[in-house]
Amino acid sequence: MSTVFAVELAWWQATAVKLAVVSLLVPAAALILGYVFLLKMMSHMQSRLGPMEAGPHGTLQLVADGIKFIQKEDLFPNNADRFVFKIAPIVVLVSTFLLWVVLPAGPDLVVEQLDPGIFYALAVSSLSVIGVLMAGWASANKYSLLGGLRAAGQLIAYELPMVLAVFGVVIQAETLDLQGIVSAQATQEIFGFGGLGNPFILTQAVGFLIFLAAVQAELTQPPFDMPVAESEIVGGYQVEYTGFRFLFFFMGEFATAFVFAGIASVLFLGGWSLPPFLMDLLGIDQGSNIMNLVGPAVLFLKIMFVSFLIFWVRFTYPRFREDQLQAFAWKVLIPLSLANIVVTGVMKVLL
Amino acid sequence: MTTLDRRDQIAWITSQAAEARVNLEFESEGMTLNIGPQHPATHGTLRFVVQLDGEQVVACEPVMGYMHRGYEKLCEVRTYLQITTLINRIDWLGSFANEVPFILAAEKLMEIEAPPRAQWIRTILFEMSRIANIVLFLGEMGLQLGAITPTFFAFRDREFVLNQIEAVTGGRFHPNFDRIGGLKDDLPKGWVEDTKAVMKKIRVFCDEIEELLMGNEIFQARTRGIGIIPGQVAQQFGLTGANLRASGVDWDLRRDAPGPLAWPEVEWKVWTHPDGDSFARYWVRLQEVRESTLIIDQLLDGLPAGPIMAKVPRIIKVPEGEAWVSTENPLGEMGYYIISKGGLEPFRCKIRSASFSNVSVVPWVMRGVYVPDVITILASLYFILGDIDR
Repeated sequence: MSTVFAVELAWWQATAVKLAVVSLLVPAAALILGYVFLLKMMSHMQSRLGPMEAGPHGTLQLVADGIKFIQKEDLFPNNADRFVFKIAPIVVLVSTFLLWVVLPAGPDLVVEQLDPGIFYALAVSSLSVIGVLMAGWASANKYSLLGGLRAAGQLIAYELPMVLAVFGVVIQAETLDLQGIVSAQATQEIFGFGGLGNPFILTQAVGFLIFLAAVQAELTQPPFDMPVAESEIVGGYQVEYTGFRFLFFFMGEFATAFVFAGIASVLFLGGWSLPPFLMDLLGIDQGSNIMNLVGPAVLFLKIMFVSFLIFWVRFTYPRFREDQLQAFAWKVLIPLSLANIVVTGVMKVLL
Repeated sequence: MTTLDRRDQIAWITSQAAEARVNLEFESEGMTLNIGPQHPATHGTLRFVVQLDGEQVVACEPVMGYMHRGYEKLCEVRTYLQITTLINRIDWLGSFANEVPFILAAEKLMEIEAPPRAQWIRTILFEMSRIANIVLFLGEMGLQLGAITPTFFAFRDREFVLNQIEAVTGGRFHPNFDRIGGLKDDLPKGWVEDTKAVMKKIRVFCDEIEELLMGNEIFQARTRGIGIIPGQVAQQFGLTGANLRASGVDWDLRRDAPGPLAWPEVEWKVWTHPDGDSFARYWVRLQEVRESTLIIDQLLDGLPAGPIMAKVPRIIKVPEGEAWVSTENPLGEMGYYIISKGGLEPFRCKIRSASFSNVSVVPWVMRGVYVPDVITILASLYFILGDIDR
């Protein structure tokens, strides 16, 4: 990070910068996704007029929403476990913060390059289950209890296909490190043709689809939004949350969508790197400093593409019933991802 | 333990353990969940007390009356013309259709017949309020199942129909347009062509919904085989309208008892579905909207000329007598039983609304389903709260 700006930073200075960047990225990501997809794309898809009014082309709508949330009274239900109730949204948000730590955006642009990178990411992503369960239990409300238990069942069920879908990528890249996975995709060839590199979506399309489905479920978005189903259990574990605490859940959801889209693009779409022929054309080297500037932009475009897929499904599909949702995970996604692992392993050995 | 030998001991322990395991698996503490009075799935202030075992419903009891407005009593102190302003608020989504049976009952008592043109326009507006009502159902059911897009499509296209109703009556929700002996006004210029264009849009909307929602695997998995009401049970509970026709009973007052209205003059079909599940109720309503657009198109083509108002006394006094008239409203059979002792106001007015009877099947149909299915079934039975509490 330091070399591209030609300044040498002490360890504590670099850490401070990284911390500041990560803590700013979470609200920024929530704002970007909220504006582009929740307001603009959704209202165009659904012929809605509302989100066009505040500011030019509706740009100030989210700011207005934020101010509205902050102004609201901080309420607690009568029988709530106050401490747990207070801390639950923060736990959910912390899991998002921890996910950002390993997401690489350039050859040097990563907060902490961990050898078991993807393993760490999948582990901390399931932290949010604890926050959701805490929120559901502490609210002392039957709807939120139902929502919390549904969420726990669902997040546990979909953790498995998510991990198994990543297996195929790890087998192909021969590393758990996210930077290693990016460079593996930039340098490998498919059937002797290396112009595009080997973005794993070409060979792991099944894995990509399973991963996206699992992400959808982890974010509790339609068609897997049983835990928050607002027309049945009126928001599930979020039902008693108002104002700023609700905003935390909201931000957590969107920032997690952003960072999961980032992980999906690192795993399957080649991350921050450009295809090799394009880099030859521009005369850039994979590890060169300029990639620290180009890389984030490339990654951002890929993230927006994956988020588009996530939100497109969200706005279109009705929701599963709880038993159908579990059956889909255990009877469809997990066998499919196991088969994917077997095929990938056999091909890896043979080719 | 001395009386038992070792083999008996083992058998006893095993049986105890098995029993304990069975208890663990199949017995849980029940939970009472109040769905409502304020809940998105109840379309207003209606409450369902649901006894749950896990997420399975043991019993479900509707509690009504949170917004009872005493219409039947209010009718006794108002003149016939004033009553129309009340009763189009009963089913607020298809409001013009509420006025028609009341006016027909009053006309029957006074032995007045509205001229044909008035009857045709009445029928057209009746069908338009049916479309405005059921189009919203088609979107709303998607919302209950978690798909938000169909709802907004429904609101968009309902607007066109309401605009057309507004162009004639001046009101979008509360037309107050029907009079004893005819209608208040004639159609405005150019209205016929505009309405035909709108009907085309509604048919496109039906195709969209068919692709977007009915063709969706999740939607089908959520609705097929859920909340089955066999035809006989439906009749026993007094279900009417699309809920009855979705159970395979071929019964439609528009065809079977049209009264003076213009339905027999045009070609159309009553749709039924043999399954009786939530999907069938949705399917029947979708077909009904399509059929209604076709009815309106035909009625517009053959609209007779002539006056829109019969000769009526300036001050309406209804002679002594009783009359019962019911029509096939968007939600089912809606009827008015008027007892008159002569004079300006009815002596007694009994309102039979469709939703009140349609909801009576809820405790029967809810046993053993899951909480999400409760929402599906409530959505597919389709009630308007004003139609339950009058």
